[in-house]
Parts: sequence; C-alpha cells; structure tokens
Amino acid sequence: MSYSDKVIDHYNNPRNVGSMDKSSNDVGTGLVGAPECGDVMKLQIRVNRDTNVIEEAKFKTFGCGSAIASSSLATEWVKGKTVDEALTIKNMDIVKELSLPPVKIHCSVLAEDAIRSAIADWKKKQETTKPVAVEAK
Amino acid sequence: MSTDVKVPPQQLPVTHVLAPEGVKLPIYMDNHATTPMDPRVLEEILPYFMEKFGNAASRNHSFGWIAEEGVETARERIAKLVGSTTKEIIFTSGATESDNLAIKGVAEMYREKGNHIITAVTEHKAVLDTCKRLEKYGYRVTYMPVQKDGLIDLDDLKRAMDDKTILVTIMAANNEIGVLQPVAEIGKLCRERGVIFHTDATQAVGKIPVDVNKLNIDVMSISGHKMYGPKGVGALYVRRKNPRVQVSAIIDGGGHERGMRSGTLNVPGIVGLGKACALAQEEMATESVRLAGLRERLRDRIMGKLDEVYINGSMEHRLPGNLNISFAYVEGESLLMGINDVAVSSGSACTSATLEPSYVLKALGTGDDLAHSSIRFGIGRFNTAAEVDYVADRVIETVERLRELSPLYEMAKEGINLKDVKWAGE
Repeated sequence: MSYSDKVIDHYNNPRNVGSMDKSSNDVGTGLVGAPECGDVMKLQIRVNRDTNVIEEAKFKTFGCGSAIASSSLATEWVKGKTVDEALTIKNMDIVKELSLPPVKIHCSVLAEDAIRSAIADWKKKQETTKPVAVEAK
Repeated sequence: MSTDVKVPPQQLPVTHVLAPEGVKLPIYMDNHATTPMDPRVLEEILPYFMEKFGNAASRNHSFGWIAEEGVETARERIAKLVGSTTKEIIFTSGATESDNLAIKGVAEMYREKGNHIITAVTEHKAVLDTCKRLEKYGYRVTYMPVQKDGLIDLDDLKRAMDDKTILVTIMAANNEIGVLQPVAEIGKLCRERGVIFHTDATQAVGKIPVDVNKLNIDVMSISGHKMYGPKGVGALYVRRKNPRVQVSAIIDGGGHERGMRSGTLNVPGIVGLGKACALAQEEMATESVRLAGLRERLRDRIMGKLDEVYINGSMEHRLPGNLNISFAYVEGESLLMGINDVAVSSGSACTSATLEPSYVLKALGTGDDLAHSSIRFGIGRFNTAAEVDYVADRVIETVERLRELSPLYEMAKEGINLKDVKWAGE
C-alpha cells in the first residue's frame, strides 16, 4: 500500500477538524459509514440562510489515511460553495485530486455521501423550521 | 492523470520526531511476519554458496560429501531442538510446504482408514486452504471454533472426532495473537484414539520449548525465517516410532529426503536453519524471559496512558514476544500510517487484500470494529527496551491524535452507545 503526497499531507495536517452544534438550524450534519466496515465520516456544514453559501465545514473521520484525506479535502472543497454547487462534487474528483488507488475508491464515495447527507440534513431543517419562522413573525 | 510520486509508507520521511539516543529508525517490530537473520547464522551459511557448493545428493566426490555433512549437522541440530531423531526430519522450502505435505500427505496415505480431518478456524491459511482443497477431493473437514481467549475447547475436539477421523491439525502458536494451543493435551487425545496429530509450529519452534515426545506430536511444521534463519527453508518432523507415521509425497522426483520430498536440497538454507535451531536451543531460556519482559513493558506503557485498549487473546498462554491490541475508535491502517517509522501489522481490512478484517480476531468474538482497530506487535531478538519505549510513545501519541479526529470517540464520550446507532453503511 502506498500513499500519494496529498493523502499524506491531509493525514498529517487534516483541515477543518472539529464539530459544530448539530442541533443548530443553520448546521447540516452527515454521518456515513459504519464502524464494522472500518470507515465512519462525520461532515458538518454551516450555511448562510440568505446566500445558501457554506461558510464553515468541519469533519471527523474514523478510517484509513485515505478516508481521512478524502473527508478533509471534502471540507476544503465545500467551503465557499453554495449548497447546489457543493452537490456537484463527485467522488471521482476526489480520487483524481488525491491519486487514490482502486482499493481506496470507496473512501471517496463515502466522502461524497457525507457531503450529500450533510446538505440533505440542512435542507430538511430549513423545511421544518420555515413555518416556525413565519409563525414567529 | 496525476503524477504524484508514491512511496511505501515505511520509506516516508520522518520529520516530526527525533529518535532518542540508541534508537535507530525505522524500528522493526513485526517478528511474526519474518525475522532478520542472526549474523551468526549468516556466517555459517556463507561458505555453502561457493566453496562448499556441492549437491548433497552427489555420492561420488568430496563436494557432495561436504554438502551432505552440512545438511546432516543441520538435521542433528533441528532434531535436538525438538527432541526427535534425525531420520524424522524432512527438509522443505518452508512452513507452507511443510503444512501442505503434512496434511495432503497424511490424507492420501490414510485414505482407506478414513476421510475426516479436524482443524481450527484460527489456523494459518497454509493449513486452512490446504484443508479446503481436500474437501474438493471428498474429505470432510471440521473447522473448530475457538474460545474468547483464542484456545480451542478440548471437549469440542473430543466431540468432533469420529471413527473416520484420520488427522487433527492444530497450530502450536498463532501468528496473529501468539496464543499457544494445549498441544500436549490435543496430542494425548489423538494418541488415545489412533488419530494422527499435526501441528504447525512455525511460530513456536525456537521461541518456546517444543518436544515432540512430551507433546505427543506426530507431524510438525518448522520454518527457518521465523527464528532468525533464512527464508525459503523449512522442515517437517514425521514420527517414525510409537506410532510410525507415513506421509505420501506431494512432489515427485529424485526421491530425496527418504522419498518424501524430492528436489535438490537447499544446502545453504538448511545449514542456516540448523544454526538457527542451535542458537535457539542455547539462548531460548534467557531470550524468552527478556522478550516477555519487553512485551510487558510495552503493554504497561501503552495501557498506562490510554483507555479503551483491549488485548486480543490469552495473556497466559502466549508467545513471549507477542502483543495484539485493539485501540477502540481508531482504525488500524491510519494508526500504522501515523507510526510510519515503526514496522508492525494490523488486522484492519484496509491492510489486507481481502477487504475483510482479521479472521483470527473475528473468531475470538472480537467485533469487526475492534478487529479494524488492532495492531500486532512482534518483539524479537534484536529489539531493545529503548525501542519498546519509543514504539509505545509513538503509538500513544498517534492514538490520541486519531481519537481527536474520530467521530466514534466523540460519540462515545457523549455517552452514545455505538452499538445502538443505526449506521447508514450497514
């Protein structure tokens, strides 16, 4: 097994490690994978409600170096994008950027899932919170 | 396409840690995979490549006689180490071949007596896959489970034996968890029932006392490179008396090794195996105490600093140099990547070709999550206390860092039971 320099860099200096309050309305949380499979990623985004821009992203990952690198890269990429733009990130983009070998492609798939899952969580919150916001007015 | 240069992890530049005095990096602590050759073994072997290059089967000139003398000295040394006679030692290319010869050889030789073989789920693949192949040829194989500590249950073994059982093959020491099976008792049960007992003693011979008579062993696999000898050489012990055991050859040819293993003898390798056995015989008593001490030192240092660390397999019945630990909430391959100046192994799926975590750990009932989190330390003859301390500190620091990165650790700290979580990937 060999790692590309970029995987090693993300592993040694992971970007945006941390957690945000998952109960917060402007935070979307994605938790994907399973401990039994050896990979679990938690990816969180904080979205500006007016612009739909992802202003902050955080991750924590249980998994191999490639899984850590994939999720670290995912947080870098989603930051500054609108949620719609973030949804266009494809796992193969991650594979290419990190030069992942075929056996590690599932790590990139998981990272894409984590992005989608975090956005879906955020969207769900917006639907359920909107009526509440109207009532409050 | 990216043109990133890929380097194996063990060759990664190590920039963030300085080795303490007396510690040379990288550190090799994977002595169950293989061992470095002892310099005294190398010294003994070297003349057999050029001056003493003869074919041990050449009967008519001194070149052959000198080579044969080297081989016979080696045979005596091996026999002495395991308490056998020289005629009971057959040279092979290694323990995988020895396992194949033992199992296939006994199966073929005793086919008329029965077709049932008993083994255990934690055996090495050289045994398991050989048994699987025999199933295709009409043999019946029982794969016994092991208990939580990795040992087989002797009552299970008794129950598994029937009048068609011709062979029991159970390893002496496990290559992943170092657990020692109750070989003497297994041998006794087999002897009482007239069943042949083979043990893969690859990890045991040279590390702990193994006497084929005291342990009631009929057939035994031995490897050179696990005990500071050369790779590509091994031996098979085959009992000649009380009872006499025969194995059919699986390699046909010139009838070397009493017809059981044809092929020109690997004289330098055999000489090296012999020397490795002689050294083990002299030094085992002191070395095993020293290795067990280092192992305890490693364990105490790690477990003194980290919580939720689990030892896999019995600590009581274990090779002195083995420690196999699961670090909860940390994936094994990422841990290996963090301690890239230390050579150890992981039971994580990510480090295997099959994408399945260690079948040995799973057999103990260790959950897949903890199997993914396991590291095997194999302390050997050339490891020092300073190296053990360095390895322990690197492991501690890396586990702490990766736990900070682990969503599972965070959830566990929040009081969430990970077993209750509905995981998307399941």
